[in-house]
Amino acid sequence: MLAPLMAASWSELLAWSPPGWGATLIAGLGNTILIALGAYALGLFIGVLGAFGKLYGGPVTKDLLAIYTTLVRAVPELVLLLLITFAAKDAINAVLRANGFDTIDFSGVVAGIVVLGVVQGAYSTEVLRGAILSVPAGQIEAGRAMGMSPMKIAQRITLPLMTLAAVPGLANLWLTCTKDTALLAVIGFIELTKATSLAAGTTKSFLTFYLAAGALYLALSLVSGLVFGRIERWARRGQRTAGGGGI
Amino acid sequence: MSGFFQPHRIVLLAAGVGIIAWCAVSLNWSWMATPKYLDVLPLAIWRTIWLTVVTMILGMCLAIPLGFAMATGPVWLAVPARIYCSIIRGTPLLLQLWLLYYGLGSLFPEFPWIRDSFLWPILRQAWPYAVLALTLSVAGYEGEVMRGAFKGVPGGQLEAARAMGMPRMKIFFRIWLPQALHRALPTIGGETVLQMKSTPLVATITVVDIYSLAKRVTQDTFIVYEPLLLLALVYMILAGMIVLLFKWFEAQIPARTA
Repeated sequence: MLAPLMAASWSELLAWSPPGWGATLIAGLGNTILIALGAYALGLFIGVLGAFGKLYGGPVTKDLLAIYTTLVRAVPELVLLLLITFAAKDAINAVLRANGFDTIDFSGVVAGIVVLGVVQGAYSTEVLRGAILSVPAGQIEAGRAMGMSPMKIAQRITLPLMTLAAVPGLANLWLTCTKDTALLAVIGFIELTKATSLAAGTTKSFLTFYLAAGALYLALSLVSGLVFGRIERWARRGQRTAGGGGI
Repeated sequence: MSGFFQPHRIVLLAAGVGIIAWCAVSLNWSWMATPKYLDVLPLAIWRTIWLTVVTMILGMCLAIPLGFAMATGPVWLAVPARIYCSIIRGTPLLLQLWLLYYGLGSLFPEFPWIRDSFLWPILRQAWPYAVLALTLSVAGYEGEVMRGAFKGVPGGQLEAARAMGMPRMKIFFRIWLPQALHRALPTIGGETVLQMKSTPLVATITVVDIYSLAKRVTQDTFIVYEPLLLLALVYMILAGMIVLLFKWFEAQIPARTA
């Protein structure tokens, strides 16, 4: 009864060398992780600037950032990815043409990173803004009273103290980021989901390949969970634990 | 000049209106007038709303028992529920959707008894797989939310109910579930927006929603930005409506404010 499932065996299909598709899937996973890491880093960079801008910026900066985060969080990622991909492609090529260069094909890993990073940036901004707000105002005021420059306050007081409050939100964002890379498959980037659909379409063994890809994604998220657990413990060092010690 | 209308806001608003006016005038909206697209537009928007509402309701019906099992259930219920939630939350929705549509969809025709059954005309279409995938996804994410909400209901409330001699089912439906839902309502509102935002994925398995209509316009006419901008606008309006709806829901529940 399960004959159709066994048309070609699992081990053959997932073998490393060419008749099998193992290498293709792992290469796809590599691309997924690469794009996710890049987009997450870019998102964090935008997020730090955005969070400080939202809290300490001038009225215009605050409003522009509010528009950015609201827009990005209200429109589906898929639509944003398409819009940013086309807009970035046209903008880059317009600049290149104006300067007399040949146009380039804006695609691949860098494009994926830029596109996802802009989306991640909006969510990072909100997470980090909440974390900055959790830093006791007295600490920052004390820094100002000591005559520290705003940069030094950020570096020595705000950023270290907000880490613990930011870690759970940032861990969630990383998981969202790895899963959002799958959306790039719709646009045609060869990452894990796209590689899987290519393999499945060629061999007609849909169930085998999608289950294998699911296992890879799941492994990625479980490993990420362990890593963020460690980071959280590291961020919590020196904190008083509830119930222990006390006054 | 206090409140919303500060000088810089008026400049920003003027700039915004300018950009919208420029979009309306200089971009190519002629395709909108084509009956081919205009006639399908309301149906396509309705499909997006329908998918969001139906899968949220079905998903919540699964999420409540899942969350309850994780919060207070015996181990043999709690562990499978937790594994289910980890799997759903650990893999991309797109992959789940394709696994169900292409994987299960390619498996079903192999079994003659499925092909002969009365369900076959339904199973041959794409939308049941879309509804199933989106529902299972909601169940996984909201199950986790409901676990926290069930745990957050103060024990005194349940003890009081028990002291009143309420049977267990009545405690659940009168005390535990309403208070847990009340707690979870703001989160569920946010998750509904997320759910609405993941509906365009169903276009990849040939379900016609507003996103796939916009894509068809691009394919037919090579107009890229205008359909996408309209799409963004539609989704923003829908997201705004969901936020307002949940605000209204929350206002309906009397809460004691200190």
